[in-house]
Amino acid sequence: MSILSYNGGCVLAMKGKGCVAIASDRRFGVQTSTLAMDFQRIFEMGPHLYVGLPGLATDTLTVHERLRFRLNLYELRESRKIKPQTFSAMVSNLLYERRFGPYFVEPVIAGLDPVTWEPFISAMDLIGCPNVPEDFVVAGTCAEQLFGMCEALWEPNLEPDSLFETISQALMNAFDRDAISGWGGIVHVIEKDKVTTRLLKTRMD
Amino acid sequence: MASTKVVNIPKGGFSFENCQRNNFMAKQGFPAPKAVKTGTTIAGFIFKDGVILGADTRATEGNIVADKNCFKLHYMAPNIYCAGAGTAADLEMTTLQMSSQLELHRLNTGRQVKVATATRLLKQMLFRYQGHIGAALVLGGIDSSGPHVCCIYPHGSTDSLPFVAMGSGSLAAMAFLESGWKPDMELAEAKVLMRNAICGGIFNDLMSGSHVDLCIITREKAEMIRPFEVANVKGERQGSYRYPLGCTATLSTRVIPIEIESTVVRPVAEESMDTA
Amino acid sequence: MFGQAILNDNLPGAKQHHWSPYTDNGGTIVAVAGDDFAIIASDTRLIQGYSILSREQTKLFKLSEQTVLGVSGCWCDVLTFTRTLEARMKMYLHEHLKPMSTPAVAQLVSTMLYHKRFFPYYVSNIVAGLDQDGKGTLYSYDPVGHCEKNRYRAGGAAGAMLQPLLDNQVGLKNMKGGVLPDITKEKALMVIKDSFISAAERDTSTGDGVIINIITKSGVEVMHFPLRKD
Repeated sequence: MSILSYNGGCVLAMKGKGCVAIASDRRFGVQTSTLAMDFQRIFEMGPHLYVGLPGLATDTLTVHERLRFRLNLYELRESRKIKPQTFSAMVSNLLYERRFGPYFVEPVIAGLDPVTWEPFISAMDLIGCPNVPEDFVVAGTCAEQLFGMCEALWEPNLEPDSLFETISQALMNAFDRDAISGWGGIVHVIEKDKVTTRLLKTRMD
Repeated sequence: MASTKVVNIPKGGFSFENCQRNNFMAKQGFPAPKAVKTGTTIAGFIFKDGVILGADTRATEGNIVADKNCFKLHYMAPNIYCAGAGTAADLEMTTLQMSSQLELHRLNTGRQVKVATATRLLKQMLFRYQGHIGAALVLGGIDSSGPHVCCIYPHGSTDSLPFVAMGSGSLAAMAFLESGWKPDMELAEAKVLMRNAICGGIFNDLMSGSHVDLCIITREKAEMIRPFEVANVKGERQGSYRYPLGCTATLSTRVIPIEIESTVVRPVAEESMDTA
Repeated sequence: MFGQAILNDNLPGAKQHHWSPYTDNGGTIVAVAGDDFAIIASDTRLIQGYSILSREQTKLFKLSEQTVLGVSGCWCDVLTFTRTLEARMKMYLHEHLKPMSTPAVAQLVSTMLYHKRFFPYYVSNIVAGLDQDGKGTLYSYDPVGHCEKNRYRAGGAAGAMLQPLLDNQVGLKNMKGGVLPDITKEKALMVIKDSFISAAERDTSTGDGVIINIITKSGVEVMHFPLRKD
């Protein structure tokens, strides 16, 4: 078993019409035993910017803190909010610096551009190769299941409410077929004027 | 005391701080996972007016397609482009770094960069890392000494040939190049040959797929055609899977309003950079 | 002393040659059972390593007028297994003077797989058909003969990718107030086609085309449907 699936967990992000959504499960486990059902994998990095860090839980925390540090320095130096594209490059650089001793996380970034309100999503492998598609990105132990769901469910120009239903159904049905993800889900829908965070009622087994 | 004052600004270069930990975990039976690879078809050859490069657009993680439309043709200099196969992150970062080095070199020397310079810079860097940076490149460009196409392998060896192919689909692509390439081809002919070569990889190699990207470099300009041909489109779904609202059960909802107090629009006139 | 030195793999220059009797030839099977029908579909691509061996190889085997078997995995095992199964079914026919029913075939498949418990057939099986009452039924297997009766199932290379979609669209899992009406033939066909479209996008070993077998009391209807070819 790879170290990326030691703690389990998954993250998924989708683009909608003038909005983006990012979702993850809430399990924290050590191999097959579940230790907590309220683990945070998605972090708020700005009013319209979220990052999900599935992978080894210790690195989820470390990478989050390092990113927060670099982001704070950036925003102090530049006196403006970071663009999601820039943040994505920042994450990529952080990971690639450790090319030969990586952090075991596969980040997913979702946000709205602070100027144009253009939706942005991106995903990376553990050494920071960016992937910026037009539809959705997935990462984590049930990536395969998530790909299958998203390829069927996603359609362009989903309104925020429909996007929530689509991303939630994709997430829940995918992690129900993965033994080390699940135990609750959390979905953030990011719009220009608000962010809606919902906790999902899911199977707890 | 000093540590509170000195902010830990990351230095350049690779960091090996996690290596000891990762090796320990690997010994415990948790090996490091594999990174995204671009099991690729890339090719390049010389034609009458310059150089043409081609690539497919699939990136894979094992048997799964990680990116259906990734960008494998990288900018090196205004007269040099490069197609990459291998570890996706290595390609992205290596070409970014090299392109800025070449730009600095151009500014320092005040001349157009030569293809040989780019090749030498890349091979020296890759050799230094002894193949650990998994970048296999097809470099193409035109300079004062004419058009050049060059293969650079991850360990730093190079060959300079009139037509080359690399990646997992290189055999399929080379089959087309070996039978179809001839000296001094016209542009239209060259485009068709390159399309056929890349499509050979796309359709016959499982790790290559999606579209054909081309880059044509002539004395006058470099032109990126993306996509040159949409070789594969997603099948049309039979039904819609839009859910009725409220079909997902939620435990709680929290709305964080983001209030915008005022909006100031200040138009800024474009000013060219002072390079005097 | 000398013997030990030979056995030691770490000797400089020592090489260990390895050969596996198994190979993975890809292939995805999806099946859905309804009230009076069963649909089973497979993609038509056969692979080895990074190459495509065939673009039009069905992995569905019609065993009788009301039973179809879908097999994917190691293609030589698929061929051997299905041929032996067909022979066993012929023996049954001559002994009992009637064709085997779907549940009987399902049991036979399980027995034949377990018979090779310690050198298994490297295959993923799904048996689809109508039972004695004319109801659609489905049985899925692991390589050593564990048998499960399902209403919908995805197996083979992209099985993990497609099973959640069937859970959701056929089993109506995670849908508030989703009650289980028997799925219609049209909806089942739609979900099966769309699931293969999804798999062809993201699984490198699935593509080229889909063969769909619709089993009703009037026999087996065969449909073909193209997929992307890269």
